[in-house]
Amino acid sequence: MTTDTATESETMADALHGVSPDTARQLLNDMLLYRRFEEKAEEAYAIGKIGGFCHLHIGQEGVAAGCIAPLRDSDYAISAYREHTQAIAKGIEPKHVMAELFGRVDGCSGGKGGSMHLFDIEKRFMGGHGIVGGQVPLASGIAFSIRYRELDELVICFMGDAAVNQGGFHEAMNMSAVWDLPAIYVVENNAYGMGTAFTRVSRNPIDEKALSYGIPATVVNGQDVLETYATFTQLAAKVRAGEGPQFVDVRTYRFKGHSMSDPVSGTYRSKEEVDDRVEHQDPIAILRDTLFEADELDQATLEEYDAEAKEAAQAAFDFADAAELPEPDALYRDVYAELNPNGRLFFDGLDRPDFAR
Amino acid sequence: MAVMTYRDALNEALREEMQRDGDVFLMGEEVAEYDGAYKVSKGLLNAFGDRRVVDSPISELGFAGLGVGAAMTGLRPVIEFMTFNFSILALDQVINSAAKMHYMTNGQIGCPIVFRGPTGAALQLSAQHSQACETYYVHAPGVKLVTPGTPADAKGLLKASIRDDDPVAFMEGELLYNLKGEVPDDDDFVIPLGVADVKKEGDDVTIITHGKMVNVAMQAAQKMEKDDGVMAEVVDLRTLRPLDVDAVLASVKKTNRAVYLEEGWSYVGIGAQIVSLVQEEAFDWLDAPILRVTQADVPMPYAKNLENLAKPNAKRVIDACHRVMYR
Repeated sequence: MTTDTATESETMADALHGVSPDTARQLLNDMLLYRRFEEKAEEAYAIGKIGGFCHLHIGQEGVAAGCIAPLRDSDYAISAYREHTQAIAKGIEPKHVMAELFGRVDGCSGGKGGSMHLFDIEKRFMGGHGIVGGQVPLASGIAFSIRYRELDELVICFMGDAAVNQGGFHEAMNMSAVWDLPAIYVVENNAYGMGTAFTRVSRNPIDEKALSYGIPATVVNGQDVLETYATFTQLAAKVRAGEGPQFVDVRTYRFKGHSMSDPVSGTYRSKEEVDDRVEHQDPIAILRDTLFEADELDQATLEEYDAEAKEAAQAAFDFADAAELPEPDALYRDVYAELNPNGRLFFDGLDRPDFAR
Repeated sequence: MAVMTYRDALNEALREEMQRDGDVFLMGEEVAEYDGAYKVSKGLLNAFGDRRVVDSPISELGFAGLGVGAAMTGLRPVIEFMTFNFSILALDQVINSAAKMHYMTNGQIGCPIVFRGPTGAALQLSAQHSQACETYYVHAPGVKLVTPGTPADAKGLLKASIRDDDPVAFMEGELLYNLKGEVPDDDDFVIPLGVADVKKEGDDVTIITHGKMVNVAMQAAQKMEKDDGVMAEVVDLRTLRPLDVDAVLASVKKTNRAVYLEEGWSYVGIGAQIVSLVQEEAFDWLDAPILRVTQADVPMPYAKNLENLAKPNAKRVIDACHRVMYR
């Protein structure tokens, strides 16, 4: 009897990758929120509430949840432009993310950043960067700063698979390795850089690129959030122990187009491929089934979680929709942190508020 | 007053600011063990150790971006480019990251960083090592640009740049490093950004300039005074953003004639901006069109005679002054 219980519990722990059932349920909750939030953003974009580029994370929620949940509030996160859910995962309230997408003053960047430039210094979410790979050297700088000040913190840096072909990525990997910087570099490998398959633009696999700089590299199935969570828990401990940077190739898949203005499938990937991934590789469905099988979740609880997620997404939409646009004076505000008392900083010849004269 | 070289003035400024603020660090190629490619950082490794004086790999984009990331978290990096020619590799991080950080974060995250090194031509370094890079840096809102032409200005302005809360590009000159001049002894000698300096007073014509060309302007002004009795006023802008427009207008209103002298190319150059401002704000005070003396509109050639033809010099400044005075 005792033996049976032990075996059963070990099997369950194994299925959950050693993650506790409570944490697993929380991750499911998180991913449902991210999914419903992104669907609401999609809806808002379709009716013109959101402008510009809007890159959805649907299908990749396991990466946001599994990589960030093991970290501390004092750790930094920085990302590229498919970052709505990562911003929420790092603690920014969904309503402030949605308001930013709407270009409203209550957005986490005051309406001046938009979808690609979400920031919250209190939550240590450092953007939101729009140039592929541009955030990678910035992450190394944040890590340099942590090491310089001898703090017990780290930075997690997200990038897409296309970023590993940028020069700045390689320069940053090299410096991080040489200086043992406390950083985890995460490639969200969804197999396509916009419409170009990674295998068409790289001869070697992604992890080899980091290995060549002497950085340990791990490959993780990002559609299995429990595997992702367990892996990042271990990697964060290594970085905190002073072992230097870590690199992770997280295999995932984007269920939607590159941005809201792009088709889901077409010349670069078939509808059949996308349908197959949506059916078999949905990180939410995978975790749901795992929890069902382990008797750690029932249908009623699942429905309750989902209803809460939908409600939160709707509340974010309503908040954003009711929020004010930035004041016209905001146009000139914060171009500079320091308005020098002497000389002229603005040259457009337009009417400007007094502080910008 | 102490007489020292431009190089030593920069070295003192770095040393004093690093002593004053533990968040200031210096990073770049050859800055530590080699004592700096142009010896500006001589002795700093010994004084501050390799935590704060950091030799980088030859990765301009990478270490410029690393500096920006460090500045985002409150450090005050001084990033040395061996020359600003090489910084063209780093412009993405300067323009897309540093210049926009404070704005696109709605003021949440600043970027107090200094990018410094020599700009412009030296002697026969040819096309890729002889470019004046001011325009690249001053074009995008969000970056300040400082261009000292004398040892005192180098010291006082570098200290102000390091203390400034915004990204500052600080452009020196290879041919300036050995220039000697008087520098105040005060160890808190700081020249605020945005204040031009009238290097020589005069009533007949204004020569407006910045950086290394201040010295060429002075040669021209002194020769004109000696040869023709023409009193040229030399206005050294010292910083290009913020720009002391009032000083420019005051001088033009006094002399009614102006020449802009710069080392870079003419097309969309600094002089073009100054001409635009003066015609907008002091049109009625002008007695002649403003002329510009710039580098020839070609990549810098190697051959000594061709290089001399390409560079601005005192004779061309004097010719331009004569033309605006209809002499």
